[in-house]
Amino acid sequence: MKAPAIRFYQTGSFAVGNRLLDPEQRSVQAGEQRTNSITCGHRACQGCGEALGARYALDAAMRATDGRMIAANATGCLEVFSTPYPETSWRIPWIHSLFANAPAVSTGIAAALRAKGREDIRVVGQGGDGGTVDIGMACLSGMFERNDDVLYICYDNEAYMNTGVQRSGSTPPAARTATTQAVGPEPGNVFGQGKSAPLIAMAHEIPYVATATVAELRDLEAKVQTAMEIRGARYLHVFVPCPLGWGSASKDTIRIARLAKESGIFPVFEARDGEVTDVSKIRRQVSVEEYLRPQKRFAHLFKPEPRTEVIARIQAGADRNIRRFGLLTLSGTGGDAALTQPGVAAPAGNGRS
Amino acid sequence: MFEVRIHGRGGQGVVTAAEMLSLAAFDEGRYAQAFPSFGSERMGAPVVAFCRIDEHEIRTREPVMEPDALIVQDPTLLHQVDVFGGCKREGFILINTAKSFDELGLGEFVRDFRHERLLTVPASELARENLTPPARAVANAALLGGFAALTGAISLDAVARAIRERFAGAIAEGNVAAAQAADSWVKDELRELSGAASA
Amino acid sequence: MPRQLEGSRAVAEAVALCRPEVICAYPISPQTHIVENLSQLVKSGELTPCEFVNVESEFAAMSVAIGACATGARAYTATASQGLLYMTEALYNASGLGLPIVMTVANRAIGAPINIWNDHSDSMSQRDCGWIQLYAETNQEALDLHIQAFRLAEELSTPVMVCMDGFILTHAVERVEMPTQQQVDAFLPAFQPRQLLDPGEPITIGAMVGPEAFMEVKYLAHAKQMQALQLIPEIAADFNDAFARDSGGLIRAYRAEDAETIVVALGSVLGTIKETVDELREQGRKIGVVGITSFRPFPLDAVRAALGHAQRVLVLEKALAVGVGGIVSMDVHAALAGVHRAGGVQPHAYTVIAGLGGRPITKASLLGLFTDAAADRLAPLTFLDMNWDVVNRELERMGSSRSSGPHAENILRDVGSVAAGPV
Repeated sequence: MKAPAIRFYQTGSFAVGNRLLDPEQRSVQAGEQRTNSITCGHRACQGCGEALGARYALDAAMRATDGRMIAANATGCLEVFSTPYPETSWRIPWIHSLFANAPAVSTGIAAALRAKGREDIRVVGQGGDGGTVDIGMACLSGMFERNDDVLYICYDNEAYMNTGVQRSGSTPPAARTATTQAVGPEPGNVFGQGKSAPLIAMAHEIPYVATATVAELRDLEAKVQTAMEIRGARYLHVFVPCPLGWGSASKDTIRIARLAKESGIFPVFEARDGEVTDVSKIRRQVSVEEYLRPQKRFAHLFKPEPRTEVIARIQAGADRNIRRFGLLTLSGTGGDAALTQPGVAAPAGNGRS
Repeated sequence: MFEVRIHGRGGQGVVTAAEMLSLAAFDEGRYAQAFPSFGSERMGAPVVAFCRIDEHEIRTREPVMEPDALIVQDPTLLHQVDVFGGCKREGFILINTAKSFDELGLGEFVRDFRHERLLTVPASELARENLTPPARAVANAALLGGFAALTGAISLDAVARAIRERFAGAIAEGNVAAAQAADSWVKDELRELSGAASA
Repeated sequence: MPRQLEGSRAVAEAVALCRPEVICAYPISPQTHIVENLSQLVKSGELTPCEFVNVESEFAAMSVAIGACATGARAYTATASQGLLYMTEALYNASGLGLPIVMTVANRAIGAPINIWNDHSDSMSQRDCGWIQLYAETNQEALDLHIQAFRLAEELSTPVMVCMDGFILTHAVERVEMPTQQQVDAFLPAFQPRQLLDPGEPITIGAMVGPEAFMEVKYLAHAKQMQALQLIPEIAADFNDAFARDSGGLIRAYRAEDAETIVVALGSVLGTIKETVDELREQGRKIGVVGITSFRPFPLDAVRAALGHAQRVLVLEKALAVGVGGIVSMDVHAALAGVHRAGGVQPHAYTVIAGLGGRPITKASLLGLFTDAAADRLAPLTFLDMNWDVVNRELERMGSSRSSGPHAENILRDVGSVAAGPV
């Protein structure tokens, strides 16, 4: 189920545009019946991309499952800010076990439900990039290999944020973290191999893999809806900026997520049984520099003098993603060609710095 | 208590032999304890298995240090592993081979043993004659038939029942036949021995 | 009905009779036959409804059990040695969350050096993780304890590990009485969880607890184990009524009431010890043995009552606390300290480390050992059947050269190995 294409934009804001839509076109969050699976009062930072993503994803999952869902959560920001003893933000059945085992705990919940003949109740496992891509990779892979009936959602803010912003397997090249500091001849994280959890998930040929960002929240909701219509192992990787860890303004979270997509840094796509089936095209391509500038974790690439060769390498990585996933239309002018006619400027509210 | 120790190599069914022996004793209404001494789990490595038989519950768990009966399923072990450790002079020894004790170079070693309790039996040949395909025939069941005849510690009937519990169909029947053949073979040998002794 | 079964098979059938709903296990010697048997029972449809999950590690096994148990399913797993260590974090998580999982530990030594044979170092290493620990003396007791374990775990909402000696019990074929399904159903009611992940009544499990409440939560785990000190004998008594067998309980004394020397041990070695005790009794020695079945909770009162009158106590252990000595001994000494406080005379205490890495404990060695003990000829800490020559040679090597090489390989060369050659 694809998100309905909303063909107008509100300038000066990034609201999801619900008030002017017919009720059926509105997002889950816009609905009064939304579950508020993770309700207000939690301790997330202002502008937390993960809190935003989790709220949208889980309410969409609750609607898709008619409220019959159990969630398992890895240790991390989401778990910590949502359950400050003695309070909890969770209005759904929710368990936190350990850092590395959210996928396995999810497997256990699904097995119990199957044994009890309650497969109408669905299971969502969730964790940050650390708990998924690094320490949780073995359990994740096991869950994929068995095709357990679990939707696993990774909220990727590209470092171990909860413990003080240390580098993870998901940290991008050149990014400053507490363990890849902006000092020495090559400041920030190294240019390594990277570890694409979505590609690893696809290598397991599970029924559904998708990536999403908090800039396109309907798309996120739609992908959760799609995932819940499928049985078996499913993986959703959500790009969630972290103002604190990335050194960005808390008001820029959604904008930065959009820039990650529009620059090619973060490909947004869907895959089934190991093959890419749908790609969300870049609307109006931006240089990676536009994406890097608002984040202090990349400040050393600009001051005291611009590190053009590093930025060029990052650009090359983004270009490779664009080529590999076909993120631009053949004309190379971006998606939604109807909107962009020669000589006419694109609407000012879109992709504006 | 009657204690048996079986020596062989991985893949020869030594552990199963001990298990079947314990099943046979159980079938006769007695208590039996069978367990292996493991080395690495690989084909060809020396394996030892033990079986104790008694009229009441068996409590001890140590390996069989002084066997009342020793079964050697693979003669290539004879001069490499100390198969005879703890063997009693009045104990039984049954070796799977067509050779005699003398031909195996053991004549001197068993000089003071009770000769009517020492036997070799070509169990591998008997197994091959009774099982299909012959190349895959394993000698363990046949040896148990020989053991029953030699020691009288269990009956051939009980051995046959144990084989049928552990295996099914043609394999079970082939093994039972091999056990019976070994039993006859041993009884013939014993008759000859006692005939020669009284001659 | 009596059957002649391999210990692993007996345990698998007993676990199956307990109607587990989720079995999740990762293979490790010497537990493999247990999970293989259970997987066969599930796959053939004999054990149903039950989900058998082939997990990718022991850590995953315990994690799957946690998820399943929190969802109201009766969950079971089994492991040993390295596998138990690999799930350590999850062990603490399960007990901290109060999830009544039952697990078999097929006791095996922990490496390095890698060793697949029996000793108690694995379960002993986890004695403080909050799980109840029960040690089986025979395969009959092993199968019985699993049935009791589910009931104990679920009544208290605390996980239970049933320890049985790897290879010695798991791979021994012996006579056991296997209960019927009706008997087990009558003894073990359906699982009624204290906490449940249920969309109908959502709760949060696994919150962070800070300094303001952690001590209280932790104390409750201890309080539950104190309750277990009452419950374990009660369940054993109920079991005896239902199955006409004395299995389980806190401790079991044999010829100890008038003994001057009492041996204390856990697990299968008790059988060999009893044989030795009988032989020494025939020689006129006043010797007895106390087997500890419940190691956690440690039955301080029961142990003190059973040992207090003896002149000397010899704790025979299959594990070593490197750097100090015995492990079980420390708890036994804690129990014995109460003797003096109560106005009695505290027995001499001896610790004997034996059987590490599967070294056989023979009746012959025990006869010599107990005779020495009775004559107070033992040092406080001894190691049974040690090859001191080999040890001293290695110590010499270490003293003479910085790059003396790895201990294990050096010693193996000294000890020699089996050769292969022509007939």
